Amino acid sequence: MTAFMHHFAYEFKTGLRNPSLLMINYLFPLGFFAMMGFVMTAINPLFQASMVPAMVIFAIVAATVLGMPGPLVEAREAGIFRSYKINGVPALSILAIPGLTTGFHALITAAIITLTAPLFFGGHAPVNVGAFVGITLLTAFTCAALGMLISVISANSRATILWSQLVFLPSMLIGGLMMPLDVLPEAVRPFSALLPTSHAMQLFTGWAYNEPTVFNLPVSALILALSGMLAFALSIYLFNWDTHNQIRRGHPLMALLALAPYVVSMFLK
Amino acid sequence: MEDQVLLVKDFRKVYGDFVAVDGVNFEVQRGEIFGLLGPNGAGKTSTLECLEGLRQPDGGTLDILGVNPAREPHKLRNLIGVQLQSSGLPATMTAREAMRFFCAYHGVAPRDDLLERLGLQGKQDAQFQGLSTGQQRRLSLALAVAHKPPVIILDEPTAGLDVSSRAELHALMQELRDEGLTIILATHDMAEAEKMTDRVAILLKGKIVATGSPTELTATGAGFTKVSVRTERAVLMDNHTAFPAVSQRIIREEYVIYWSIDPGPTVAAILAHLSAQDDKLIDLRVERPSLEERFLELTTG
Repeated sequence: MTAFMHHFAYEFKTGLRNPSLLMINYLFPLGFFAMMGFVMTAINPLFQASMVPAMVIFAIVAATVLGMPGPLVEAREAGIFRSYKINGVPALSILAIPGLTTGFHALITAAIITLTAPLFFGGHAPVNVGAFVGITLLTAFTCAALGMLISVISANSRATILWSQLVFLPSMLIGGLMMPLDVLPEAVRPFSALLPTSHAMQLFTGWAYNEPTVFNLPVSALILALSGMLAFALSIYLFNWDTHNQIRRGHPLMALLALAPYVVSMFLK
Repeated sequence: MEDQVLLVKDFRKVYGDFVAVDGVNFEVQRGEIFGLLGPNGAGKTSTLECLEGLRQPDGGTLDILGVNPAREPHKLRNLIGVQLQSSGLPATMTAREAMRFFCAYHGVAPRDDLLERLGLQGKQDAQFQGLSTGQQRRLSLALAVAHKPPVIILDEPTAGLDVSSRAELHALMQELRDEGLTIILATHDMAEAEKMTDRVAILLKGKIVATGSPTELTATGAGFTKVSVRTERAVLMDNHTAFPAVSQRIIREEYVIYWSIDPGPTVAAILAHLSAQDDKLIDLRVERPSLEERFLELTTG
């Protein structure tokens, strides 16, 4: 078995062994999904229409943005990356493999949600399954890259929580998951374009459910793909092996470049 | 030199205005256990980290078997095995997974035999966080040598270990040396350095203040030999006779200890004195200063 496969197998198992990761990958999103299924559908039956994509995006964001960065920062602080460097583990593997395995866990949760929501909560199944799968993969890639970038620029574990919540909370509030973008106040709506969840939700709505949208869908797809690639490239560029060795190739503020496509999208609608 | 494995020449490492290492020179020969000693902040870690390719030197030459650690990290990784002072392993990784993981990145077959040889049989599927400190150290050592590197760097390998685990690790280090491997050993434990190393370098404030074998170093100090005497009636306790060649006299428990620059006449005079005082000798020890004493002499002035 290749080094990549050993590394991938270990990281995947860590997502189940580590109680915090097990919680954030599976128990938290599935618990929230069950709660929303029981409560939200009773309060607002219209939620059934957007329940599946909203909960799939929620699962992806929870695993990648909330769950993934912490263990990476802790590993750097514990000197594990130093050991990896000495033994020839490339920076690309250190970042990309947890990104892949976290995405994999999120996709398993997404599959559970997609298959069970119509059965138990009357959630609408996607009309276009191919588009649904494609958008799910794109969202997972973009959010995983964002999680990597957060792990790279966070000076310590506390900062990681701060950066993660800075993405997660607005995504929940104005990212189109809990309420459609067209019901947001006019003053808030432009800011929703700064969030990957808004673009992902619009893509699901338009292409997987054939429903009307407020964003330009090809542009949203391009924005998600571009920002994901930018975040991934910046993660590799800004990667630091060692908490005690502050020499790095660029300033952490460079990470803001990953938001550039979203900022541009505010003016393209 | 043909058997030279490692060369450090005019090595310098600076952090801002602080000069951590300033013009250090030493070389290590094949099959040697070379000790790097020094108090905290002496520059040991900076030297090791530059040798391991973790940091860039600010001056001088570092060479491990013809490879520059800073410029050729891909060549370096198969030449050195490193047991870091910190854990270096994820908490949930099992011993078996760690062996497969690191061996895969080195492109060699996993060495499960090493886990057994280092007393980790039955612990292969235990997670790193579930191993005792001794078992963690042994696993780290197994991983450091699994790809059969010609040079091994051990940073405080026995810190926190019990007596039997220390003895096991020392035995393994000697086996590795006998197999022709070169070992760089950084330690605070002077007894370990004296027992295990062929040569040592003592670092102080970024400079080497002494280098040589432990025997050479202890012989090149102030030149004193310790003469410790214990007698039945303890007549020496209150006796301030100036024995020949003695520069200092101290009492430690039941022993009177003389520091002599010429132990022969000193011992002869003490024995004559005891005979004259009708006292009986219980114990007489003539010892060179230990490496620890020499180290303290060098580092505290």
